[in-house]
Amino acid sequence: MKVLRRLGVDVGFPEDQTCCGQIAFNGGFRSHAADVAKHFLDVFENEEQVVVPSGSCASMIKVYYRELFEDDPETLERAQAVGEKTRELSDYIVNVVGTSDVGAASEGLVTYHDACHLLRELRIKEAPRDLIGGVRGIELQEMEDSNACCGFGGLFSVKFPEISTAILDEKLKNIAESGAGAVVANDCGCLMHIRGAMERRGMNVRAMHIAELLAEDGTDG
Amino acid sequence: MAEVKSAEFKKASGRALRDEKLQHALEHVMEHFVGARANIIESDFGDESWESMRTRAAAIKQSTLEHLDYYLDMVDKSVRRNGGHVYFADDAAQANAIVLDIAKRNGVKTVIKSKSMVSEEMGVNHILEREGIEPVETDLGEYIIQLAGETPFHIIAPAMHKTRQEVSSLFQEWLKTAPTQDIKRLCVYARDALREKFAAADMGISGANFVVAETGTVCLVTNEGNGRMTTSAPRIHVVLAGMEKIVPAIEDLALFLRLLPRSATGQRITSYNTFVGGPRAPSDEDGPEEFHLVFVDNGRLNLLRDEVMREALRCIRCGACLNHCPVYQKIGGHAYGWVYSGPIGAVVTPPMTNMKVARDLPYASTLCGTCKDVCPVKIDIPRLLLHLRHKVAEGALGERSTTWMERLFVGQWHGAMRNRRALEGKANLGRLLTRPFARGGKVRKLPFAPMVSGWTASRDFPAPAPKSFARLWREELAQDNVHPNGMEQR
Repeated sequence: MKVLRRLGVDVGFPEDQTCCGQIAFNGGFRSHAADVAKHFLDVFENEEQVVVPSGSCASMIKVYYRELFEDDPETLERAQAVGEKTRELSDYIVNVVGTSDVGAASEGLVTYHDACHLLRELRIKEAPRDLIGGVRGIELQEMEDSNACCGFGGLFSVKFPEISTAILDEKLKNIAESGAGAVVANDCGCLMHIRGAMERRGMNVRAMHIAELLAEDGTDG
Repeated sequence: MAEVKSAEFKKASGRALRDEKLQHALEHVMEHFVGARANIIESDFGDESWESMRTRAAAIKQSTLEHLDYYLDMVDKSVRRNGGHVYFADDAAQANAIVLDIAKRNGVKTVIKSKSMVSEEMGVNHILEREGIEPVETDLGEYIIQLAGETPFHIIAPAMHKTRQEVSSLFQEWLKTAPTQDIKRLCVYARDALREKFAAADMGISGANFVVAETGTVCLVTNEGNGRMTTSAPRIHVVLAGMEKIVPAIEDLALFLRLLPRSATGQRITSYNTFVGGPRAPSDEDGPEEFHLVFVDNGRLNLLRDEVMREALRCIRCGACLNHCPVYQKIGGHAYGWVYSGPIGAVVTPPMTNMKVARDLPYASTLCGTCKDVCPVKIDIPRLLLHLRHKVAEGALGERSTTWMERLFVGQWHGAMRNRRALEGKANLGRLLTRPFARGGKVRKLPFAPMVSGWTASRDFPAPAPKSFARLWREELAQDNVHPNGMEQR
C-alpha cells in the first residue's frame, strides 16, 4: 500500500475480498474452489486493475481460472476479463507503472528466490530483480538454483512434511551460502515456508516479501 | 503384472530420505543429467528452436494419439508386409501369454532382453522363469538390478542407486568374479558373461522407443549396443511396445531422435540408433527368422479415453521430468511403487494400475512446474496431477481417498471464503485458539491439528496477526485514499 501510494497510484482494498480459491483447487475440491473464485470475481470485476502481491494467487487467477471454469462459459468469460487486468505486484510496478525505482532505500546484501508459479506460470523473472536493483543501498546477490522450488507446494507441505523439508534444506543451504542478510520473494506461501524453517533453526537471515523491502525508506531499516 | 506398491509411498520415501548412500547417488547423478541437458540444448539450439521442436513433437504425438486406431491398423499392415506378426494385448497377462506361446512353440531355452519398460509392467521375466526359460537382461543397469532382484530406480538409469562396491559383490556372488573397485573391470566381467548369453539365446525381447506406422520400422535408442545384439543375433525377435509408441512417418524420427537423447542424458546422439524392419529377408546375411510385435494396452486405454489425461501418452520416456523434479531428486524412484517414477510416474500409475493403491501419487508433487518446462513433448504434468486430484476429491474413482482432515478443512474454508464477515469470524476464532501456543508471533506446536503438526515438526507457523489487514484498512489506511473502494490508476 505504502509503495503504491508513494508511486502515486490510487489504491483501494475491496473489503469483501477473501481468497482466490487456489487452496481448494490444488486439493482437487473444484466445486468449492469455483464458489470462492466466483466470489473473487464478484468483488473484483468492476475494478480497473487488480494487483496481487503473491505469485501463486496471481497465477491461479490468470492461468488456472481458465481450467476451473472450462465448462462454464459465462463465468469463464468473466474470469478471463478479470485475469487480463490482474497483475502481480512487481510486474505491475515495472511494466504498468513503468519504473524500477520506487524511491526505496535500505542497506545490505539480499538474495532473491524465484517462486515457482511466478516464474513458470507467469514467466516473471526480471521485474522483481529490477525492483531490488532499484533500492538504494541494496545489492542483489544471486543464490545457486534460485529457480528451484522451496518444497512448499501448499497441501504437499503438510501431507509429506519430510520430503517438503528435505527440499527446503537445499534452498536454505543456498540462501546461507549466498551470504545475503535477507531473502526476498514474491509469494506468501514460499515466504511462510522459508521463514518458518529459518526461525525454527535460528538462522540469521530475514525472509522478506518484496513489498516489505520496497517499503523501506532508509529510516526504518 | 508387476506388483503395485504405491500405497507405501510415504513410508518408502521416508526410508529413501534417511538413506545417506542413496542421497549421495541422487545428488550426483541428477546434477550430472540436469547440467548435461542444459549445456547441449544451449550449444546446439538455444531456447527458441528447442521450444519450437518441442511444440512440433507434441503436436505429432498428440495427433497420432487422436487417431490411434488408424495408425495401429497402418502398423499392422506394414509389419505384415515386411513378413512379421502383430499382436494386441489388453493387459499384462495377455501379453505374457503371447510371449510364452511364441517361446514354447519354438522350444526356447534362453531369452536375451534389451531394456523395455513395458516388460517391467508385465513382469515377463518372472513368467518365463516359472516355465523354465532363462531371461537375461543385457542392458548393464538392468542386468545389475536383475541380479539384485530389484526394479528399475530410474526410467533410463535403472541401477543408478548402486555403488561400484555393491555391483562388485553382486558379480562375485552370481558370476564368481574377483572383487574389484575398477568400473572398467566390472564392465568387462559383465560383457564376458553376457557374450555367452548372446551367443546361446534362441529369442531376443526388446522394447521400442518408436514404431513407425508407414514402414513398420521399430526404432531402438541404446548406448550399449545390446539392443542391436538382441534384435539381430537370436533366431526370434519379439518386440514389446506400448501402443502409444507410434509415430506416423520415418521422417518424424529426425525430430524425435534429436529430442530424446538430449532430454535424457544430455547426449547429442545416442551411441546406437537401431532400426529394425522385420525378419531377415532372403537377401539378408543375418537377422532373425521370425519377427513379432506385441502392442500392449495394460491401462493405456484409461489414459486415452480421458481427454485431459490423453496427453500423458505422448511421453517418450526420456526421464527429464524425473531428473529435474525436486521430489524425485530427494526420494528417487522406488518410493513411487511401480514401474514408472517421478512426475510422469505420479501421472500414469494411478490410472494405469489402481487409484486406491496409488492415491498418494497425485499429491506427491509441489506443482513447481519444472517437469512441464523440460518435457520434450510438452506434457502439462501439473495440470494432469490437478486433474487426478480433482477426480479423487469428487470420488469419481470409487472410494473417497481424501482424508477427513482435508474434507473438514476444505468445508470450513469454503464456509469462510464466500463472505468476508464469516472469514473474520473464523479468523478471530483462529486467533483465540492459537493464542496459547504462540510465542513472539510464532506457533511452534499445535496439539489439536494433525495436519498442522506435519508442518510444525520442522517449521514455525506464523501466529495470526493481532489485527487483520481489512481491519487495519478500515481503521487507518482507507482515510488516506480518494476512492475507498476503488483502484483507479493514477
